[in-house]
Amino acid sequence: MPAAERIADPSREDAGLLRFLTCGSVDDGKSTLIGRLLLDTRSILADALTAIERTSRRRGLERVDLSLLTDGLQAEREQGITIDVAYRYFSTGRRKYIIADAPGHEQYTRNMVTAASTADLAIILVDARKGLLTQTRRHSTLAHLVGIPELVVAVNKMDLVGFSREVFDRIAAEYRDFAGRLGLREVRFVPMSALDGDMVVERGDRLGWYEGPTLLEILEAAPASGARPEERFRFPVQWVCRPHTAEHHDFRGYMGRVESGRIAPGDRVVVLPSGSVSRVRRVEVQGEARAEAVSQQSVTLLLEDDVDVGRGDLLVKLGEEPVPTRELTATVCWLGEAPLTRARRYLVRHATREVRAVLADVAHRLDVNTSEELPAEELAMNDIGRVTFRLAQPICPDPYVENRATGAFIVVDEATNDTVGAGMIG
Amino acid sequence: MPETNAARALSHLDWLEAEAIHVLREVAGQCHSAALLFSGGKDSVCLLRLAEKAFRPGRFPFPLLHVDTGHNYPEVIAFRDRRAAELGERLVVRSVEDSIASGRVVLAHPGESRNKHQSVTLLDAIAELELDACIGGARRDEEKARAKERVFSFRDELGQWDPKRQRPELWSLYNARIRRGENIRAFPISNWTELDVWQYIARERLELPSIYFAHEREVVRRGGALVPVTPLTPPRPGERVERVSVRFRTVGDITCTAPVESTARTVEEIVAETATTTVTERGATRLDDQTSDASMEQRKKEGYF
Repeated sequence: MPAAERIADPSREDAGLLRFLTCGSVDDGKSTLIGRLLLDTRSILADALTAIERTSRRRGLERVDLSLLTDGLQAEREQGITIDVAYRYFSTGRRKYIIADAPGHEQYTRNMVTAASTADLAIILVDARKGLLTQTRRHSTLAHLVGIPELVVAVNKMDLVGFSREVFDRIAAEYRDFAGRLGLREVRFVPMSALDGDMVVERGDRLGWYEGPTLLEILEAAPASGARPEERFRFPVQWVCRPHTAEHHDFRGYMGRVESGRIAPGDRVVVLPSGSVSRVRRVEVQGEARAEAVSQQSVTLLLEDDVDVGRGDLLVKLGEEPVPTRELTATVCWLGEAPLTRARRYLVRHATREVRAVLADVAHRLDVNTSEELPAEELAMNDIGRVTFRLAQPICPDPYVENRATGAFIVVDEATNDTVGAGMIG
Repeated sequence: MPETNAARALSHLDWLEAEAIHVLREVAGQCHSAALLFSGGKDSVCLLRLAEKAFRPGRFPFPLLHVDTGHNYPEVIAFRDRRAAELGERLVVRSVEDSIASGRVVLAHPGESRNKHQSVTLLDAIAELELDACIGGARRDEEKARAKERVFSFRDELGQWDPKRQRPELWSLYNARIRRGENIRAFPISNWTELDVWQYIARERLELPSIYFAHEREVVRRGGALVPVTPLTPPRPGERVERVSVRFRTVGDITCTAPVESTARTVEEIVAETATTTVTERGATRLDDQTSDASMEQRKKEGYF
């Protein structure tokens, strides 16, 4: 059934939402791949297609240049660069997709880290003629560092190597070797021609030797966003609701999103960092009681006891408490134009809590091309390194590898209010 | 196809809803004086339901604000007022008409679209009400300038958006810190598409202004679009007035919003039509975005939403 009919069919299954990232440069066919996915899932509407057909003709091209679909802003065209991450959307009727399209250029580590932070899956594009490049290693290292659970290596431009199985097998073997050294667990490989569409949405008939799934089949089967109910319950409090009305005189609801795990009435919880213990009396949304709340749901929790809870506090289950700390050691990607130094004052935002911070130590800087650790005193923009901050008040972090929500923080420059760093704890 | 863990995940609408509620609560938690822009249009109708889920049984921690161009369909204005009253929330209206009367807005000609002039009235309202944040219903799928805009979008003292100086936005950690006079525009439904909006309206059984549903209307065909015949947009000499069954996909300034031919009279019929449409929302309906490839980007730099 075509996607459009499935969307309109109310009895269809909903396999949730998947956020993925495409890594590679225009030369690898990244824009063409995105264009192909949009076109073959019928997510491009006629007027948008007409517009790129017109532009393709004007530029003297023989066929429609699908990469024009991801053409950027006027400011970018003027400077001939891609400034920023763009988000694009399509649906198969079964699942909704959010693509983070990050520029591939070397100095844009910050963009890739930004795009990767919310991605469930990364597609690493490799040009079949060129094999693994420095940029392939950089993108893979970053994807791994930012904890993207699923990695797909798309060996593109198979049409230019005669759809050769040997070329594909050689690249896959070389990548497996590199992935093993990096500590990457699960990697999938798919040969394709984004230009012609082979193995993207349709199988085509020129890669008969490949028996694995198409790229879209891989996307359709990947675990959806937030499908991690086995994790520990973490609930950063965003807002406290105290209506003080006649009807809701003593109402006190703690509002936030379940970042991981699940919670139900009767569960014993600890308020952090204070350590007060209580029990969940009710889980509700807009006044309506719920039997439970699971990872990614935004809800309101009512407790049995009158404990002190405010924005910035973290609710967890009794026995699963993270340890409060005022010393924060993390892998930090520096995003600011001014370097990370001891001279400046920073704010660390962890979940809903914001605390003052100063730099205590830089252990080393990471060369993302070679994974080599280099000595460093500061971090400049696009640098990644091991850093320790001293905090004015405690936070209650989890290791990033265990929890991407409570294991992450951002650094804000107190003088400029800019977001200047991204940290992964542990 | 293997189901893996997918079956245990939230449905796409539940996920989008939870994200939007999270954004609304972050605005409440981080900003001191916000307003939610409510026009009576479908996107802002969704925002109101999301705000109910975010803050009830409490009141919204911000008023509703409408920048009225004075060129709105009366059905939409009546709906706006009724909806605000039903919710028991405060509605503040500031009008482009007043900005024209005070000389803050000068029209090139009397019939000019007032769409872009909303920016002046909005910036004046932000200054007058001392707002540090405005919550809007813009979506990234609408347009390519929006595709690159943050969920929490920083604007300088003049309300300008600078695509090159956007703050990196990682995980769900938003940074709303600003200096006095600066402003945050927050977009809780950034990740929604037009279809998501209609599916949400259907699921939540949200009420909408009547002009979203198919009705008979006098129109002329002009440049591939249907232009409604109104006192503000009379037919030009030689144009043939027809009665056509139409609905609006977006409601805005009468002079720049065109309806599409449709017989969809229910939300379910609109969902079906949206899933199979072949024309983008703005392509079909916004007469102002077709003027130039970069017109949205340009307006945003001038303080537009």
